[in-house]
Amino acid sequence: MELFAVILVDGLIYGAWLFIVSVGLTLVFGVLNILNLAHGSLYAVGAYTTASAVGAYFAFGGDGFPIGSYAVMIIAAVLVAIVIGPLLERGLLRHFYGRDEVLAVLVTYGVFLILEDVMKLIWGVDPYFVYQPYDLLGSVEVGPLYYVSYDFLVIAVAIIVGLLVWFVINRTRQGKVVLAVIHDREMSQAMGVNVDRVFMAAFAAGVFLAALGGALTAPMISVSPGISVNVIILAFAVVIIGGLGSIEGAAIGAVVVGVARAASVHLLPEAELFIIYLVMAAVLVFRPEGLFQKTQARKI
Amino acid sequence: MTLLRSVPAASALAFAALVLAGFVLPDWAMFLVTMAFAKGLVALGIVGLMRGGLVSFGQGLYFCIGAYVSGLMANWTGITDIFLLSLLGVLAAGAIGTIFGPLLANYRGIFFAMLSLSLSMILYGALSKMTTLGGTDGLNVAAPTFLGYAPEGRPLGLALYLYTSAIVVLVGGLMRGLFNSQRGLIALAIRDNELRIEYLGASVRTAMAINYVIAAVLGGLGGVISGLAIGHVDPEFSFWTTSGEFVFVAILSGYLSIPAVFVGSILLEVVRSFSNLYFPNTWQLALGIFLLLVIVLLPRGLGSLTLRRRKAKEQA
Amino acid sequence: MSELALEAEALHKRFGAISAAEGITMGVPKGAIWSLIGSNGAGKTTFVNMVTGYVKPDHGRIAFEGRDITRLSPRQITRLGIRRSFQIPQLCAGLSVLENMLISLTINGEHPPSFWRPASHATEVDRAIDILERFRIADYRDRLMGELPAGVRKLLDIAMAMSGHPRVMLLDEPTSGVAAEEKYPIMDLVMEALSAEEVTILFVEHDMDIVTRYSQRVLAFYDGRIIADDAPDEVLADPDVQRYVTGEL
Repeated sequence: MELFAVILVDGLIYGAWLFIVSVGLTLVFGVLNILNLAHGSLYAVGAYTTASAVGAYFAFGGDGFPIGSYAVMIIAAVLVAIVIGPLLERGLLRHFYGRDEVLAVLVTYGVFLILEDVMKLIWGVDPYFVYQPYDLLGSVEVGPLYYVSYDFLVIAVAIIVGLLVWFVINRTRQGKVVLAVIHDREMSQAMGVNVDRVFMAAFAAGVFLAALGGALTAPMISVSPGISVNVIILAFAVVIIGGLGSIEGAAIGAVVVGVARAASVHLLPEAELFIIYLVMAAVLVFRPEGLFQKTQARKI
Repeated sequence: MTLLRSVPAASALAFAALVLAGFVLPDWAMFLVTMAFAKGLVALGIVGLMRGGLVSFGQGLYFCIGAYVSGLMANWTGITDIFLLSLLGVLAAGAIGTIFGPLLANYRGIFFAMLSLSLSMILYGALSKMTTLGGTDGLNVAAPTFLGYAPEGRPLGLALYLYTSAIVVLVGGLMRGLFNSQRGLIALAIRDNELRIEYLGASVRTAMAINYVIAAVLGGLGGVISGLAIGHVDPEFSFWTTSGEFVFVAILSGYLSIPAVFVGSILLEVVRSFSNLYFPNTWQLALGIFLLLVIVLLPRGLGSLTLRRRKAKEQA
Repeated sequence: MSELALEAEALHKRFGAISAAEGITMGVPKGAIWSLIGSNGAGKTTFVNMVTGYVKPDHGRIAFEGRDITRLSPRQITRLGIRRSFQIPQLCAGLSVLENMLISLTINGEHPPSFWRPASHATEVDRAIDILERFRIADYRDRLMGELPAGVRKLLDIAMAMSGHPRVMLLDEPTSGVAAEEKYPIMDLVMEALSAEEVTILFVEHDMDIVTRYSQRVLAFYDGRIIADDAPDEVLADPDVQRYVTGEL
């Protein structure tokens, strides 16, 4: 029973993190119909930028007000979004709208390759450590175990991000415009919607969410080359399980994968590396389009 | 020029040229071409899938199976004969492909790409954890023998190169025949309009599954040769970035010409070698820019270059 | 009474709130030539889609020559001998007219498609050109779909469906999008080719001249139901049909 509780808590923490790193991917796919292989790289850029920014914050007297480092993390993510988002979307991706999905995947694969090395050029290959934000909140006792409070902050952020994305899309005027574009791009254009702007905003939001995931993660890990590769694979599994383009699906997919991984860590450690793909394959066998699938229009 | 239109004649000519080149090429270039050809075989399998509209992002799976078969057979049973190892690698990859092919054939586009990717990552994860198979360090592979002939040093490199060239020419010729065949035309039609093909009474799923198994077999064959040429295999063979490079070559080459696949593969290996030499930290950067340029400038791949010229000639 | 080629029994189909079939029942005798009329959304294409397996009815049963085909896939139904053409021609856009025709012949040939026999083997090419000539579109043989007039695309679509020797042929608006002067030639051609093999024909049509000229019997659809079922003149004189279908009242 205790083991069950441990698996559940670990699973939720990991699931929350997974949701944050994958929700941007599903959002971008939902609006732009592009599966962004560079999503993991954007996450890594967010992590590196945060590592540098938080490092600088503490180097220049942030010790007096350590909680301010959280603001620095968010600012770093915003910075990444407004610099890289429009650059990638306007400069490259927009030429591939409405073309073959797989071709667009390859384009983002190219972006992934480029960003990997650009990061090495900027930040080198040595790892960065910014543990301060992670230790700041101390730890909490849950039953017989101690958890770092920061882990629960991740859960809180995941919930806030999820609700915020849901609210913006379903309850605001801008969100309705986005839904209209998703539903029928040509028609929205004819109705006077600036589709270009919707795409740019959606992509920037996706970049922000990826970078935010990186920013949140930076204090928990050693930021080094290769972190993007693992994240992109995880995020893919999550959004495919949930159904490409579905925010609710990403949330459920993240929790499913999180709990599955926690269970595997505690019960069957050998399977940890591939349990996620097993879950994904199992879901797809029964629901080929993922848990939440888009309805398809009649073709003939 | 009409001689080149005949597949057997063109194949024989290509093989003769490759054999001659083998006696001139320096060791490093011979190794480069051997590796490029081995990986080109994997990419050719993807090209076959692409003709039907599918792209597999997980051919590393079969590449890895082939490579491990060559390594394990030598370690466990002492088999080092390259013909036998190739056959075993092909059988293993083909068997696994036959299991997954019919399952994956229900999926299209992104789903197919990502499911095939996840299969290869399952193998990667499993191999990394299996200490009996060397874990993340992988295994050393014994040098191959050729029907009892056991060369060392340069003769070994040359023998591998010649073997690979022969395979490439043979497989290339067979695949050209397949692409031109009735099944080949049906694959192209499926890419355009699956619904119509089903309404003509053919099974799209079967066609896709067959293409998948062929791609698996070619992946296994490429893996065997790569494992033997490098002398070492590790789980990276199944990692998704390895698969990404195969897709890269397939896209670079396009599905119009088979020689283009091997030319594209050599081009990639050359870019990789030179980047490694001169910009050791930025070869991925070079590769990425190269990929984007190809997609923008040659949307139908290298193969479209010769086709364009031929069309221009016909119109003139 | 002659044997039935096609039977539908109490077919129901809903798409969300819209009812596309609400108790469709019919029995089409072998060799009959019937037409289906009705305004857009009346359920004609849904009926064709149900018969050919593209959509499954919520309830009801469909039989072909006495055999239940309700749950079969489009491919299985096609294999049994029910062929269809499409309102929007379904062609392979990246291939030429000749290649489209070759695909059809290859799939419906005596032998299963071969892994080594060239697709453009002279035997098949000659047969394909024969058929294209019969449909008077052989001049377009090397053109791609994007460059073809609508009428040629329509004919190619029908020719591909017919090359499989159907026993029941469903034509979904064979003359829509075709220039007025091409309509009769197209229908003459199709009817001539099909009547030689005693094929049962159902065609969906908006053009009442075509309907009266070619069909022996007319089924008028409205809101997923058949509201009239009789000889062309009788159906067209029906006040309900005039109100809901032809819009004359």
